Amino acid sequence: MSLLSRVAERLYWTARYLERAETTSRLARVYGNLMLDLPREAGLSWDVLVQITGGGDVYREMHPSPSVDTAERFFVADRNNPSSVRSSLALARESVRTTRDIVPSEAWRSINELCLWVTQELDAETSHRRRYGIHSRVVERCQQISGMLADTMSHDAAYQFFRLGRGIERADMTTRIIDVAAAMLLGRENLARFDNTLWMAVLQSLSAYQMYRQKVRRPIHGPDVIAYLLKDTQFPRAIAFSLREIGAALAMLPRSGDPIKKLGDLRRMLALRDLAELSIAGLHQWNDEAQLKLGELHALIQATWFRPSTTTLPAQAPAVPTQSPAMPTQSQSQSQTETPAAVGVQALGR
Amino acid sequence: MRIDWNQYQPSGFYDELFAAPGQARPSAAELADYLASLGVRELAERQSDADRAIVEMGITFTVYTEGQNIDRAWPFDVIPRTIEAMEWARIESGLIQRLTALNRFIDDLYHERRVIKDGVVPDDIIATSANFLEACVGGHPAYGVWANICGTDLVRDRDGTVYVLEDNLRVPSGVSYMLENRMVTKQVFPEMFEHASILPVDDYASQLLDMLSSLSPRKIDFPRVVVLTPGIYNSAYFEHSYLAQRMGVDLVEGQDLCVADDECVYVRTIRGLERVDVVYRRINDTFLDPECFDKDSVLGVPGIMRAWRAGNVALANAPGAGVADDKVVYAYVPKIIEYYLGEKAILPNVPTLLLRDDDSRKRVLSDLSQWVVKPANESGGYGMLIGPRATDEEKAAMAVAVEANPRNYIAQPVLALSTAPTLVQGEIEPRHLDLRPFILQGRGVWVTPGGLTRVALRRGSLVVNSSQGGGSKDTWIVAVNR
Repeated sequence: MSLLSRVAERLYWTARYLERAETTSRLARVYGNLMLDLPREAGLSWDVLVQITGGGDVYREMHPSPSVDTAERFFVADRNNPSSVRSSLALARESVRTTRDIVPSEAWRSINELCLWVTQELDAETSHRRRYGIHSRVVERCQQISGMLADTMSHDAAYQFFRLGRGIERADMTTRIIDVAAAMLLGRENLARFDNTLWMAVLQSLSAYQMYRQKVRRPIHGPDVIAYLLKDTQFPRAIAFSLREIGAALAMLPRSGDPIKKLGDLRRMLALRDLAELSIAGLHQWNDEAQLKLGELHALIQATWFRPSTTTLPAQAPAVPTQSPAMPTQSQSQSQTETPAAVGVQALGR
Repeated sequence: MRIDWNQYQPSGFYDELFAAPGQARPSAAELADYLASLGVRELAERQSDADRAIVEMGITFTVYTEGQNIDRAWPFDVIPRTIEAMEWARIESGLIQRLTALNRFIDDLYHERRVIKDGVVPDDIIATSANFLEACVGGHPAYGVWANICGTDLVRDRDGTVYVLEDNLRVPSGVSYMLENRMVTKQVFPEMFEHASILPVDDYASQLLDMLSSLSPRKIDFPRVVVLTPGIYNSAYFEHSYLAQRMGVDLVEGQDLCVADDECVYVRTIRGLERVDVVYRRINDTFLDPECFDKDSVLGVPGIMRAWRAGNVALANAPGAGVADDKVVYAYVPKIIEYYLGEKAILPNVPTLLLRDDDSRKRVLSDLSQWVVKPANESGGYGMLIGPRATDEEKAAMAVAVEANPRNYIAQPVLALSTAPTLVQGEIEPRHLDLRPFILQGRGVWVTPGGLTRVALRRGSLVVNSSQGGGSKDTWIVAVNR
């Protein structure tokens, strides 16, 4: 029995949403600290985060006169921001809810619990100190769920889709985190002296500080950090590592030729030249391109497994034209339904 | 402090657990002792353990009127309802008899219609039934069985008689709650299960899968069975996914299936299309196939009726089976049993007046406060009038509705539903309840040991439907050594 396309899609999105919630919490935690460390004149604000994670348009529309508070709330707790911690967890929960027959029931329980807890905590007006605790718990629980799935699910096709979603979201989020730092440094000459503090914060947000220190035995230096986060093949949140994960998952799935080819483009982008030498503006552009390519890979995954445009009958069945009259109506009804996954597709358009 | 059962007063109703204050029925003797030894406070603690487990396990039931709020926890009462195994055996044979006859009846209706020609059931009742589907005439489901999964509602009156209240032959729900109730009860009262001989219920999913597999048109070792759900916003979605998971089969939505030119049903997978043999469909007849019924349905699968008629896929329950759970047809079931099986009905019907009869209608409408009036084709307690509790406006509205479409209504006397002790805000009080056993019929017939006990949590209320705020209890079939 092969995996249903729809189930594959929802598992993929479950992983993406969980990863997104986790990384968003990581960012919020580190960014909150950074705001305390850096002097006011550095001009840090949550707007940068909102911008980088792709919620800028919705945010400006909702908050014509933004403040620190509205931006943080929007980033973390706002239901209208499809990438906020709350929304990501809610969407992960909906995806699991609709694949409960596949996902181990302990994992469903954990996601359900986490979601209920976060909603409760975020609804209560909380202090910054308390917020820190919330983010730590989200990170911890997301990792726990991810570990639980890795240890209790058969590593079959269903799991590969989970792995695929996690890898893509992780690579995407890492480019965005690097971009946050780049955006802050860009055009803020006065921040240059806090350069190291900033890159340290970036490393911390990815739990990479310790591993980086072990590997790069030199004082923190921007270009080193960038090279590490892009090219290291041993650190799980580095982009090169994520691409390997994606490649390994693709290799275990049927009909994966096109997506594997597209992954090659991304790998070439990483190999192309000495990325560490890029100017800040160049780095930003590279990130944009990488995100674009990841988006294209996503589209190919979708076209290959989730919503194939043509349908062929299995070999043993009597030969029939691939465009049977029933098919077009099917694909129409597919695009009309508001599955969590369909919501997810919109959420990606950031 | 021990519970003093002498303080428990069922006040004139038949109580399932107590024959008289302080005097437990044989099936409940052990339970009553055990609960008494716990005391009310400990019992309340076990109730909150159970409530917590239910929320964390994500056992939910959707109530349509709550809009987006789709996560209402399943209300559960920790005190089980017991039935003696001897009595249960009789009920079980009554249920088997009834479903066997109903399936013969449905098959007859869609083929020779002997039952009408022989004057047992009037022609116009079938002709005007919303659930008789022209598209199903001549259909040949496996073993001639149309209703493979049936949930029959049983109630007990003041004198202890068990009546059949209605047959649910379309897409009956609730069985997952029966299973989860047992799981929760085992967690909160593990001690009881070590001693008492309570029949296990966990077998349901494998019985269901065996039955469904036996319907496959292709005779292969492992036919592909799927559960077809309308999706997450359906009130019973939890159950759909639960059953699929327990059976180890795919839970599909309409968009996952398609019918190809070979008139076979296929499911979309990551490897392409794969053939489906049996669809346990949890969507209503009219949404099943937009080609055939409701054109606007996006829940169904275009062409699936063609595939079914061609004999390439089994649908359970077969489309059109609902013709026998029309509440007007219900009134004829005792006659139907006699006609097909040559036996008297083991389980009696609740006396039922058909409001299409002028005399009955006059009698009922002259004093609606004495009657329960029900529309023929609704389920879930929607559109029902309970005379003694209805306001004058409600009664007037019902009278208008009945006059406009007498065929569509029946009336029954108000039953004094039996009660059982229920924990309500820290106190033990009697609450009314019913019982929904589930019956599976394929080649053979199988009945769940017990079923889903539904309880009206409001004092004095007779409405147990989960969609109307009822709760549920675990049901124990207890073997008593005499």
